[in-house]
Order: sequence, then structure tokens, then C-alpha cells
Amino acid sequence: MIVNRKKLNWVERLYLPAIIGGLAITWKHFQRSLLGKGVITMQYPEEKWDAHLPEWYRGAPTLVKDEHGREKCVSCQLCEFICPPRAITIEPMEIPEGDPWRKVEKAPRAFDIDMARCIYCGLCEEVCPEQAIFLRKDYSITGLNRNEMIHHKEKLYELGGVMTGLVFKWNEKK
Amino acid sequence: MDVSNFISQFFSPAAWSLIKSLGECFMSPTGFLIWTTLLKSALLLVIILGLVSYTVYAERRVSALIQDRLGPNRVGWQGLLQPVADAAKLLLKENFTPKSANYFYFRLASKLAMVPPVLVLGVLPFGSSLFGVPMTIASVNVGALYVLAISSISVYGIVLAGWSSNSKYPFLGGIRSSSQMISYELSLALSLIPIFMLVGSLNLNQIVQYQIVHGWMIAPFWPQGMSLDTLLHPLALLEAFRAGCSLQRVLIWIPLFISFILFFISMFAETNRLPFDLPEAEQELIGGYHTEYSSMGFALFFLGEYTAMIAGAGVITTLFLGGWSLPLVPDGSHGWFWGLVNIAVFFAKVIVILFVFIWVRWTIPRFRYDQLMKLGWYFFFELAVANIFLAALILTYVKR
Ligand code: SF4
Ligand code: SF4
Repeated sequence: MIVNRKKLNWVERLYLPAIIGGLAITWKHFQRSLLGKGVITMQYPEEKWDAHLPEWYRGAPTLVKDEHGREKCVSCQLCEFICPPRAITIEPMEIPEGDPWRKVEKAPRAFDIDMARCIYCGLCEEVCPEQAIFLRKDYSITGLNRNEMIHHKEKLYELGGVMTGLVFKWNEKK
Repeated sequence: MDVSNFISQFFSPAAWSLIKSLGECFMSPTGFLIWTTLLKSALLLVIILGLVSYTVYAERRVSALIQDRLGPNRVGWQGLLQPVADAAKLLLKENFTPKSANYFYFRLASKLAMVPPVLVLGVLPFGSSLFGVPMTIASVNVGALYVLAISSISVYGIVLAGWSSNSKYPFLGGIRSSSQMISYELSLALSLIPIFMLVGSLNLNQIVQYQIVHGWMIAPFWPQGMSLDTLLHPLALLEAFRAGCSLQRVLIWIPLFISFILFFISMFAETNRLPFDLPEAEQELIGGYHTEYSSMGFALFFLGEYTAMIAGAGVITTLFLGGWSLPLVPDGSHGWFWGLVNIAVFFAKVIVILFVFIWVRWTIPRFRYDQLMKLGWYFFFELAVANIFLAALILTYVKR
């Protein structure tokens, strides 16, 4: 599409009226902000967006337990393989004899997510066949060194907590 | 004499004679000139450096307020200690020189950017007098010429930085800066000629004195012989206005006002401020000539730029806004208090102009390069020359 430029008359070509008009606009904003009105800055550590975060917000990935207190992850390692920056490291273990959930067979012994590498893509949540890993609303992940940035299993469960109402496929067969 | 006798008891005769001769040396005309000048330089430098760091702060706060933001408000009350934190940060950073840069010129460039604006301050009358000492560091007869000459040297810092960084964006910035400087120096200098024709002197002190008598250059109708007493007598006031006004003075206002506009706009180009900040266009050149600098090297450019702003504002104040004078405020010969008031008046005017600089920066977008050249060569240069002839005609043919 060709947009025809308007021919400017000589007053407009002087630019000065337009510049003065612009100065008037910025002055209005300056004056209003000086009186404390219309300032939209959010003072971060004191004021946060947390209450406004949407349900689908993709924060830090976490592990969840179900209503029986069972860790949902079965150590299939699909998330470990799909994670683009390879932030996840899982060490699987066999669930020992005598455990009520023995038939699940596998659980993670160690589950580390390196938050210095995670890109919050959400692929791990998408790929998980057990609905065990979810991206929750924590976004300010800090640490003083690289080791502190690794979330171990305990931390992941602490952040994830319990999630109910998910598919449960380990019932006794009727 | 008993005071000196009293003090002399504490010293051996030899030491006392040394002290006395030292004191005489201090109060002799040459000695007095030397130590007052040193003191004035130190005083001015302290004021200017403080002003520079708070201009940077003001720039950030004002830009924020204009954009409906808050700006730095964490360090100290309302962020007032921010300049201190910035300075500490810049001092502690690594002073890095790129491997392919020419070390000598690379380091020299940042100093060259800082020195000229400070030198310009040397001739500005920033106050009337304090305890009988004139508040100009050097009252030279070629003051205005000196200002123009020195301030154009600062382009060397930019060009050298652009060239010696051995990197394409600084290089482009340096080239832009030099061509911008050529096109604006002309109108900058030419726009001042009507003032020199009117005053008949290049000495900045005399220009200020002229403005005290005849009114500021942007409104040269100051009623002559006006004082606090005449204010109370309407008839005397009218008489004073009649004495200050004449056809010539009304007509000379036209070229002077054009000069003011030209000089003010050229000052933006001279100090590399938006709308003419092509040498350091962040969006196009990643900061232009100071892209490769870090730590104090960068800080010197930054300080130099803001010192240049202050020096520019000082020149505008001195030439067009009556310098340290304010109507009805007596000068420093009436007591040290008025001397201080005069200094405060000067810096108040400078601060107002600095605010306008900042205000304009956050209003007007950058000119395109060809627009800038056109403006400089086709418009400002011609206007400045025509303005000189206009002023000459008025001064020659219109009777007072
Ligand atoms: S969100 Fe993406 S990057 Fe982070 S752990 Fe999951 S898959 Fe890896
Ligand atoms: S979190 Fe899900 S995808 Fe990852 S190992 Fe556990 S069950 Fe498999």
C-alpha cells in the first residue's frame, strides 16, 4: 500500500509549532507525575504482581504429590530427555518390597532441576505421562552460587505441594 | 598590632619573620591574584562537579516523570544519593581497553572530552564580586571568542575516540560528530555577532554589565535608572520606562531574538543533545563514540557531556539572560551577601536552562542525518548571516 505523504504548508515545515506543542504535552505529564498522579511504576520488592498472575503462569517447575501423599513421578525420565537446556537430572530407584505402592515400581531417588539452566518452557509439564511435574507461580529464584540454584527433590516437592483432582491410574483393579 | 605581637610570642624570631614575609607575599597584588584565582577555580570546580552529578540525577528523574515513571528513588531520600552510588560503581569497574584499539589515543580521547568544557567555565562571570574579588576566574578581552574556540575543541575527543576504538559504531559516531560540528559551529558563532555589534566588546564581563544597564538580550527594554525607589513612584517609573525604550531598541530586539533561538538550538547540536545526538544515537550506533569505553573512561565522556551542557547553559545565561544580574538586586560591591545572591542567581538561571535541555530531550525525536545537515547549511547559516545584516542596518540607520 502506498501512503501519500501530506504536503506540509510552510508553518508546519517550520516544525517550531509542533515542537512547542510537544513540549506542552510532556510538561503536562511532568506536572501530573510531580504531583504523584498517573505514575504507573510498581515498586517491585514491596509491591508485586503475584495476585494478578494468571492460572496458566509458567513459573518454576515443581514436583507434586497426590491426595494419598504419594509422589506422582515414576522416574520415566521423559522430562529429562525433552528438557531443551538439559536442566533436569534424575536418578531413578526401585520402590522397595513392602511399600504400599510397590506396583508402581519406580520412583526418583534424586531429582534435580538446575534453575540456572531452566528456560521455563514448560515442555517437562507437557511431556509427563503421570502429571507429576508442573510449572507453578514462583518466579524470583535466587541463589548466591550455582549450587544454590539447583532445586533438589525436597525443594521441588516443597514448592509443588499436593495437587488433587488429577488422573489417578494406580487404583486397585475392581 | 597587639594581635600580631601576641601571636609572635609563640614563634622564634626567624620563623616569625618568615611568616610575616609569607603574609606580605600573599597580600601583594600578584600573590593575592594567584591565591584568589586558585581558590575561585577550586570553588567553581566543586560547584560544577556537584551540579554535573545532580544534572545526571535530574535527567533521570525528569525523564521518568515525563514518561509517567518514578526514576531512581532508592538510594537515600528520593534517590538523592544516587550520583554517589553511580560514581562508586564507575570507579570500581574495570577500565578496559580493547585489544585492537590505539591505546594512547584511546585514553587521550576521554580526557579531551572532559577538559574543554571545564576550560570554558574559566571565563564565565559566575558572580559579581565577593569581598572585592571579581567572580570570574579569567576576565579576558576575547572571552566570547575563547568560549567558541575552546568548546569546538571538544569534538576532538569524540573524533579521536571514534577513530582509536577501531570499531565501526564508534567510528560512525566520530564521523557524524565532526560533520555535525562543522555545520553548527558556523551558525553558533555567527548568531552571536549582533550581540558583539551592540555591546562593542567580546569581554563577557562587559556584556553582562551592558545587560544590567540596558536590559537582558532577550528583552532589551530595561527601564534606565530603575531602582527600588522609583518602583514606588508611578511617574518616575513611567519616566524610567520611556528612557529604556526607543524605536531602535524595539527593532534590535528582532535580530537579538533570532540570535537567541539560533544559538539555543545550535547549543543542542554543540552538546550532542537530543534532537541532535547523532554521534551517540543509542538505537543506531549503540552509544556511538563511547561504545568501547568502560569505567572512568566512559565516566569522563559522560561528565564531559554534562559539563558541556552546564558550560553551554552558562554561556547562554551570560550572553542572553543577563548573567548573574537580576533586576533590582545590587551587585557584590554592596556587601558579601549580595555577592552570594548574585552567584545563586547565576546558577539558578543555569539550572532553569538545564531543565529546558532535559525537557526538550524527552520531547523531540532525533533528526535524521540529512535533515540535520539541511537545517544547518540551508537554513541556520543563511538565517544567521541575514540576521547580522539586519542588526547592522538597525544599528546604523535607526536613530536612538
Ligand atoms: S521448564 Fe523446560 S527448561 Fe525448565 S525444566 Fe522443564 S523442560 Fe526443562
Ligand atoms: S516428572 Fe513425569 S516425565 Fe519426569 S520422570 Fe517423573 S514421571 Fe517421568
